Amino acid sequence: MSLSHPSPIRKVKNSAAMVLMALAFLVALVPLISILWTVISKGLKSLNGDFLSHSMRNISPQQTGGGAYHAILGVLEQVAIAAAITIPLSLLVAIYLVEYGRGRLAQAVTFFVDVMMGLPSIVAALFVLSFWILGLGFHASGFAVSLALLILMMPIAIRSTEEMLRLVSSALREASYALGVSKWRTIVRVVLPTALPGIVTGMMLGIARIMGETAPALLLAGATDSINGNPFNGPQGSLPLFVYNSSQSSLQATIDRGWAAALTLIIIVMLLNLFARLIAWWKAPAAAR
Amino acid sequence: MSSDTPPTVAEPEGQAPKPAPARPALTTKAGLGDRIFGGSARGAAVFILILMAAIAAFLIYQAVNAISEDKVNFLTSFTWDPDGNSTNGVPTFGIAAIAWGTLVTSVIGVLIGAPIAIGVALFITHYAPRSLAAVFGYIIDLLAAVPSVVYGLWGLLVLDPHMGGVSRIIEDVLGWIPLFKTNGTYGSSMFTAGVVLAIMILPIVAAIAREIYKQTPREQIEAAYALGATKWEMIRLAVLPYGRNGVTSAVILGFGRALGETIAVAMVLTTVPGLVTRILQPGGNTIAANIATQFADAFTTGRQALIASGMVLFVLTLLVNYAARLVVRRNTRKAGA
Repeated sequence: MSLSHPSPIRKVKNSAAMVLMALAFLVALVPLISILWTVISKGLKSLNGDFLSHSMRNISPQQTGGGAYHAILGVLEQVAIAAAITIPLSLLVAIYLVEYGRGRLAQAVTFFVDVMMGLPSIVAALFVLSFWILGLGFHASGFAVSLALLILMMPIAIRSTEEMLRLVSSALREASYALGVSKWRTIVRVVLPTALPGIVTGMMLGIARIMGETAPALLLAGATDSINGNPFNGPQGSLPLFVYNSSQSSLQATIDRGWAAALTLIIIVMLLNLFARLIAWWKAPAAAR
Repeated sequence: MSSDTPPTVAEPEGQAPKPAPARPALTTKAGLGDRIFGGSARGAAVFILILMAAIAAFLIYQAVNAISEDKVNFLTSFTWDPDGNSTNGVPTFGIAAIAWGTLVTSVIGVLIGAPIAIGVALFITHYAPRSLAAVFGYIIDLLAAVPSVVYGLWGLLVLDPHMGGVSRIIEDVLGWIPLFKTNGTYGSSMFTAGVVLAIMILPIVAAIAREIYKQTPREQIEAAYALGATKWEMIRLAVLPYGRNGVTSAVILGFGRALGETIAVAMVLTTVPGLVTRILQPGGNTIAANIATQFADAFTTGRQALIASGMVLFVLTLLVNYAARLVVRRNTRKAGA
């Protein structure tokens, strides 16, 4: 048997394997293209200025018109609150784990971050339901959704920040200490700025992930078709929930609105992803400097 | 930016000229700023633990409340009627049927999704042109960015109408197995839900598998080629054995994700009460989807019962994720030995 000429059977197997791999890739593309195509083509029918600026108040399900303004406003507020709490908190936790954490407490925190990482979103929603609503007696509101979202974002934010902080070379820290700079100033002025682009990317990906979560809104937002700008009081709309509710209907006008809302949601999430990757790509040389 | 002075006793330049207090700063405990900053970092870490503990306590309290009112066995009963709508207010509920549905849909998802994901990972790392590999990887990652509610909408309105034909073919071929028999109707089935789950876990498994396959040691690849292996034989000799544990762990993680997926499954499945064993006909339910669909109509006991079922789901995903980590640990130990 010659080295350069494998037997026909081996050649056929080799080609078959290659075809199978390429086929797997093409099969994986089918749903992606199909989803993007249907969402864009069906969503564009109802997606217009009116849809983005009006609520569903006094619009019956079979009527055309109306919009998702209340839902867009709701989801943006809920995600903003969740991010505003999660970002500083997870930054501190990650700093603790990387710069201070030794021993029992650090181990426990790492373990619980791992536990939270695999947490299904519906369980996070049930957490908040039993703690905030059934336990403490608050009513359904946008803020309750924020609480569930922050539980979902926290592990992503902590883990990515932790990884970025660990990438900062210890030579930088030691150089700073050698100049007589205190530990906290070293962290704030040397370590964090070096890791900042990576941290921002991680946070943005976390925000993109919670933006599309439906289960918390389903259990915790309450139901409303009206605009409610106050996340702390009364039921509030949510864009993913709007899509879900539209899908439960068999009326064409409602389903069209569902597609438009899905398109809006995908655009927001994809923009966040794009920004996150752009920052990572644009700032990457600075981090290596 | 620092001047290159030898690391001797020299005081840092640019500091206050007073020489006396410089030495103690090196030896005494951290300054006020350090103590405040370190303390708040520590506080944040402790806060996370307290938060988790409080949440767990409330959750267990609600779940235990519900289970103590349950008149049938919570783990083995097939019915879900915690508010006693059909039994004059006697709560009867068990998670057996929905736990079964959860497992079946997730297993279908993994059986379909994992092989494709591994094929995609191999294609991107070893077959695609170097210059296109990153782009292909990014395209597959896009699947992970699609929100699950959009998967649900697409699965319900686009995919499901197409599943009828596929299901009929499967029944024609495999109908002699009770699992694949139907009552003549197709779609909105556990099979459709499984296919949606397969698409949703595909990017997760593919991304991890890609990272692992990319790290296959160059020497092993070259060695396989030097023995006269074709590309496929090289993959079987070098790439697949190297990535076995890591990819197994990725598949288990994908399984865990499928177990907890809520909205997409809730939208696709037509829920019918009781145990559903025929995966091609409408019907079936999962723990997560049951919570989503039952919640709006649930009263006090109903909500507590849903929380109890959520606890079961939580424990289930916890065990699965732990199993995934065990597999990885076995991998690293072997590599270290």
